Order: sequence, then C-alpha cells, then structure tokens
Amino acid sequence: MDAAKEARRGSDKTREKAAPPPSASNVPAFSRDEDLHAYREMLLIRRFEEKAGQLYGMGLIGGFCHLYIGQEAVVIGVQMASKDGDQVITGYRDHGHMLACGMEPKGVMAELTGRKGGYSRGKGGSMHMFSREKNFYGGHGIVGAQVSLGTGIGFANKYRGDGAVSLTYMGDGAANQGQVYESFNMAQLWKLPVVYVIENNRYAMGTSVSRASAQTDFSKRGVSFGIPGEQVDGMDVRAVREAATRAIAHARDGEGPYILEMQTYRYRGHSMSDPAKYRTKDEVARMREESDPIEQVRKRLLGPHKVPEDEIKAVDAKVREIVNESADFATSDPEPDPSELWTDILL
Amino acid sequence: MPTDILMPALSPTMEQGKLAKWLKKEGDPVKAGDILAEIETDKATMEVEAVDEGVLAKILVADGTDNVAVNTPIAVLAEEGEDPKGVQAGGSKPNGKGEAQKAPAPDMQAEGQAERPAPAAKTGDDKPVEKPASPAVITNRSDDRAMAEIPEGTEMVTQTVREALRDAMAEEMRRDDNVFVMGEEVAEYQGAYKITQGLLQEFGPKRVVDTPITEHGFAGVGVGAAFTGLKPIVEFMTFNFAMQAIDQIINSAAKTLYMSGGQLGCPIVFRGPNGAAARVAAQHSHDYAAWYSNVPGLKVVMPYTASDAKGLLKSAIRDPNPVVFLENEILYGQSFPVPKLDDFTVPIGKAKVHREGKDVTIVSFGIGMTYALKAAHELAEAGIDAEVIDLRTIRPMDSETVVASVKKTGRCVTVEEGFPQSGVGAEIAARLMVDAFDYLDAPVLRITGKDVPMPYAANLEKLALPNVAEVIEAAKAVCYR
Repeated sequence: MDAAKEARRGSDKTREKAAPPPSASNVPAFSRDEDLHAYREMLLIRRFEEKAGQLYGMGLIGGFCHLYIGQEAVVIGVQMASKDGDQVITGYRDHGHMLACGMEPKGVMAELTGRKGGYSRGKGGSMHMFSREKNFYGGHGIVGAQVSLGTGIGFANKYRGDGAVSLTYMGDGAANQGQVYESFNMAQLWKLPVVYVIENNRYAMGTSVSRASAQTDFSKRGVSFGIPGEQVDGMDVRAVREAATRAIAHARDGEGPYILEMQTYRYRGHSMSDPAKYRTKDEVARMREESDPIEQVRKRLLGPHKVPEDEIKAVDAKVREIVNESADFATSDPEPDPSELWTDILL
Repeated sequence: MPTDILMPALSPTMEQGKLAKWLKKEGDPVKAGDILAEIETDKATMEVEAVDEGVLAKILVADGTDNVAVNTPIAVLAEEGEDPKGVQAGGSKPNGKGEAQKAPAPDMQAEGQAERPAPAAKTGDDKPVEKPASPAVITNRSDDRAMAEIPEGTEMVTQTVREALRDAMAEEMRRDDNVFVMGEEVAEYQGAYKITQGLLQEFGPKRVVDTPITEHGFAGVGVGAAFTGLKPIVEFMTFNFAMQAIDQIINSAAKTLYMSGGQLGCPIVFRGPNGAAARVAAQHSHDYAAWYSNVPGLKVVMPYTASDAKGLLKSAIRDPNPVVFLENEILYGQSFPVPKLDDFTVPIGKAKVHREGKDVTIVSFGIGMTYALKAAHELAEAGIDAEVIDLRTIRPMDSETVVASVKKTGRCVTVEEGFPQSGVGAEIAARLMVDAFDYLDAPVLRITGKDVPMPYAANLEKLALPNVAEVIEAAKAVCYR
C-alpha cells in the first residue's frame, strides 16, 4: 500500500471516534495492593491469550478462538467491584472472564485444546465453558443469547431474594440484537438485579461501530426503558471499577438494571482467522502505545507506588509459569474417552 | 323486518357458550355498538354488540343459559316503528353480523371438526366424554391396557384437558417453590386459553408472571433462571410464536448440559398449544412435533387424553431436562376420565397401547389419536382389528412398544397432523424397517397433514388435514383388503 493510500485509510479510521484518553484527573486512585492485584490478574489474561494464540497457530486449538487481548481492564475492573455470589455470563470472547472468575487456567486451556481435563471435558471448546462453582454461566456462541440468559439469572436472584447481581457482558455487535432490547425491557419492568456490560471494542467482527449502529453511544441504549447508563474508559481499570461499583450497587439495591458501555479495544483480530483489513496497523499500534490497560498500571506501580522492578518481574515470571503449566497440561492431557460422546445429553 | 341476533363465536374453535347476562331488556331501544349481552365460555368472556339499530323485541335465550350453540338466535331486533310485541322468532332475516355467521364457515368448521375431536366412541375407556359423568371406578385393570398405569380401584373424575393441565401445574407449584410459570397473559388474564386459570390467585405474581410480547427474550430469561436451578414453566401462547424463541430452546436449553460437560442442566418446560386449531391458516397451524424431536438434549411430549396431559406435565415439571410439551387447542375442551390420586404421574418416554388389536398397528399421538381411534372403530365394523398406540412422548421415542405391536400385527400405519417429509411417521417407518423388517407384511404407510402450508378456506383446510377415511384406507391397504 502506498503512503498516500495508507494515510487516507488512516484518516478514514480516525473519523471513527477513538476511545477517550484516560481521564486520570477524576478517576479514584488505586492503592498499591489494588494496582498490584489488577496488574497480576490482567497480565494473566494477556499471557494466557498470547499462549492460546500460539497454540492455535500450532494447530493444537481448533475451531474458533477469540482472544481478549486489549480488553483486560474491563473484566478485571468489574470483578474488583463484585461480590462472591454475583454471577458472570458472556458471549464467545470468554477466556478472560473465566480467568477473572477464578477458574483454573489449566482447565480453560485444556478445554481450548479439546482435552479430557477441560472445563467441559472437551465438549464445549473456546466459546462454551462454564463453572457452576465459580458462578460463571458461559461462554455462549450465539451473539446476544447470553443477554436474555443473564437477565434470567437476574430474575432468579430476585426470585430467591439472595442479593446476587447478574453481570451480563456483551459486545458492541451483540448490542444490536433484538433480544437485547426485549431483555432490557423486562429487566427494567421487573427491576431485576442485572448490570449489562457492553464491551465496545469498536468492531463487530470487521464492521466498525459507525457502520453498524445508528446510535453509537451504547450507554444510551437503555434510554427508552429508563435504564441508566454511562460511558466508561474501559482501558483504565480504575475507571472500570468505579463505574461498576456504582452500577452493581444500583442493581443490588433493587433499583433495576444498569448499562455500562466500556470503551475498549481488541488488539488481535476478531478470531484467529481475521485478516484485519478493516483497520490500519497504525490504529492498533497507537492504542497499544497510548492506552494499554496493563502498561498504565505498570507505570503506576513503578512510579507513584514505588514498587521495585524486581517485584514486578517476579509477578511476570509467576504468571508465565502458570500459563506455561496450563499449556503443558493442555497439550499432554488425553483427549476425552470415546464414551464421552454419549454422556451429558440428558440428566 | 325483524332480525335475529345470533349467538356469536368467540374463537375459531368455539361451538357453544353460556349466555351469562343480558344488559338490555325487552322493549329497550338499541343503537349499533350498544352492548346487548355478555357471553362466556370456559376460555373467555365477551360482550355481544348490536350491529343494527332498533328495539330489542324479544329475548329468546334467558340469562344464565349454558351450552348455547353458536348461531342460535338469542334475541329478535325489531326495526324502529315495528310493533315489538308482534315479533316472532325464526324465519326472520338475520342481521348483518348473522349473515357472516351463516356463511359456510361455521358449518363447515363444525363438520370438519366432527372428524377430529369427535371421539371414537367405544374404543377405549379414556375416550372423551361429552358431559361430566358420575365417577368411574377402575374395577378390572387386566382387561384394560389404557388404564394399566392406574392402580385398581382408583376413582376417576371427568376433567377437560384444560383442567388437567392447570391441576398439574398447581400441584407441582404447591410441591416445589422453585416452580413458576411465565408467559403472555398467564396471570391476570388467566391464560389466553385459560390453562393457567386461578394460578395467580393461589400463587401470586411472583410465581405467575405475565411477560411482555417478547418470546425470544422471555424464553431466554426462563432458560437463564433454569440454569440457576429454578424450574420455569414457559407458556407460549402457541408454539408458532416459539419460532421466535427457538434459538434459546435449542442452542441454550438443549445443548448447554453437553457443552458444559454435565455441569449446567436446564430444568424447564416449554408448553403451549401446537398444531392446527381451526381456520387460523398457515402461520398459526404448524405442528412442531417432528422439529423438536430432532434435537438431542430435549424431551418432547405430546399427550392426547386429559389423564396423560396431567400425568405427563407433572413429570415434565419434575424432569431435570428441558421438555417441550406440545398441547392442542382443540383437545383443551375435551373431557376424559382422570384418576383421582394425590400424586398421579405418567412416565415420559412410554407409549401406551390405547386399544388392543391383532390385524394392524396404528401409531399416533396428540390430536392424531382422534383419527386413529375413530378409524379403528370403523375398521372393527369392517372386520379389521386394529391396535392403536398412543406414543405420548415423541422423544425419547418408545420404539419397543411399537416394535412389539408390529411383530404381532405385521402391519403399521402412522397418523399425525404434521407434514410428511422427515415427520414422526417417517421416523417410525425407518425404525420399523431396521427393528421389525422380517415381521412386516406390508410397507409402513403414513397418514399426515398434506405437504402444503395450512390454507384458510374451510374446504381447503379440511383437505389439508388428515381424515379418518384416509386412515381406514391405509389400514385396509396394508391388510391387502
């Protein structure tokens, strides 16, 4: 591509409003421990996903594989605002959510490789994993389906009066599905404890938000139902946690659902087979350089928090070790027994 | 000239109703649009509006009269200036509305239906009965295959399918706080077809939940709630509308147990009327038995009698798996004996030999049984002794009972209202070819709905549905008679 063409492409892309820069001024600060926690958790997702991408390239992971790289601050910030007992449900870009819920990296990676020790015993794969124990309800491959399901989890919470909140994630693409609005209507009508987290990574597969959405401000998608919403800098884990705390409190207090539009960005393609011709390399590079959620925390740790570099390196090493172990397990664990074909169809 | 005011039909399937109350009295002036009376069926209450102006000359059917047939003159309207006193019933010109009702539709419909819901009178003892009878008592169960699941000496009460379904839900809701019902008009309206009548009053709005018109959304809400361990009963006003929700039924409810390696079950019942009612045309007449029966991870139930409706619905609610429970609007109002037991359940996955015979096996389910039983009755008169099997559950299918019967008779005819291609009959035929090939004396024949979208016109609708004559002809053909 010649330079002029490249520039045109670039300028075309910049018309699609970039996520706002981190508004550090009015974001509540994290303590040293909070930043360390966020760093470790986000880094685990980053390294895990990089490894998954590598295994995919080696042919050890099959089918579809959607990586969460770039979006780590969203799920980690929301989890930092949630309580034990709150449930999480999401779509197909789900590896990060599972790790954030405390599911074992080994079990997740072994599911990606379709092995016996995977969370679904190799029968679900990347998009379909669950952990009742960790209150993770999937992992759903049909875009938007998880929104009605998550609303149903909120319905059950209210039915039982147990005070739990359903954290229901979707992407900017799913946010255009009809059942999302059917669910918004019921959730507000019945004041269900649901927080809808719209992870706006700016592309629904290869279609940018502005090419697919008449209303590109997703925080307003609940306006006709009276559901409050806000736009959040989803690259800043502190902003995410702060907004999620507010939203979860609203839902838990019986005020009904809340919408959080997380403005985020995925660095990798939609799936592993994405040629990424719909955006420029510059756009991706700029996001990585200026807004990377992990790098932001790392800078705070090294700067204001005065964490010694050795300590951070130790965290990096520990995370790498966990990820390598999960990859070793996922590539050495046997495939499911052939008899598994016929199990778990009915109870 | 005086005009007759006729008993109107409230729904395509209504044949009679109660004249609950007159709001005008004889001699009252009437303007078009005035409410004349209220009529009631077991499903609904409706007001009768005047179409013409005049004077209500004579009331022919008094307040509180039950079982007034559709199109019966209920009053006479005199034109202004006419002497109301001199007006006689009958022979007078029906009013504009009456003309419409006198059009072929209701008559043809009644005629068309005569072959459908009309029971095969003497073929089995859980045949539909027209009027509540004195309690029947099972005295000799060995003579009576249809009653084999019911303990000897059990008192029977007469109930409609509608009442049986309601009782099943109410009993299970009393038994388990996790059971709730949701759907359109299930609570305050008391059910679009009055299946949930009284449930709101007994269980309150937390457990009897009116939803917006939002099939896809509320099916997903039900499935999500079921994932957490609640036991939703999701009512679809008809299964035709469940097509908007079929992704949640199949992709979420049926597949998640497998995809979660057995972690996340979905104890849910999707229920509602399925298949053709009467004169509701292609978009409201689809029979989904074959569709849902194609899906691993689902159970599919389609009862015929009130007793099976009750026992199977109770089992479905208790089942830890998603169950698609297919009802039929025409069967709702039909009465059958139902055992008076504290906790009567019928196992899912077991067919029932409804009528024993030795010459030919007729396999059917749901409303298809009405054709099968009537045909068996007429075949008996022609010297052919048909065995009639009610599948009751489509998935898992009880092949064993069908195969055992065909090994005895050597011949099989299947009857269903659904379409022929890849239908339930096709599945039965395929299974018999494998499991009873050496016993078959004739090819398995299928009687199905015709391979066309359901037409509206009464005569075409009748042609599109199966009929008793086709079943008889097929049975004779496989018997080479």
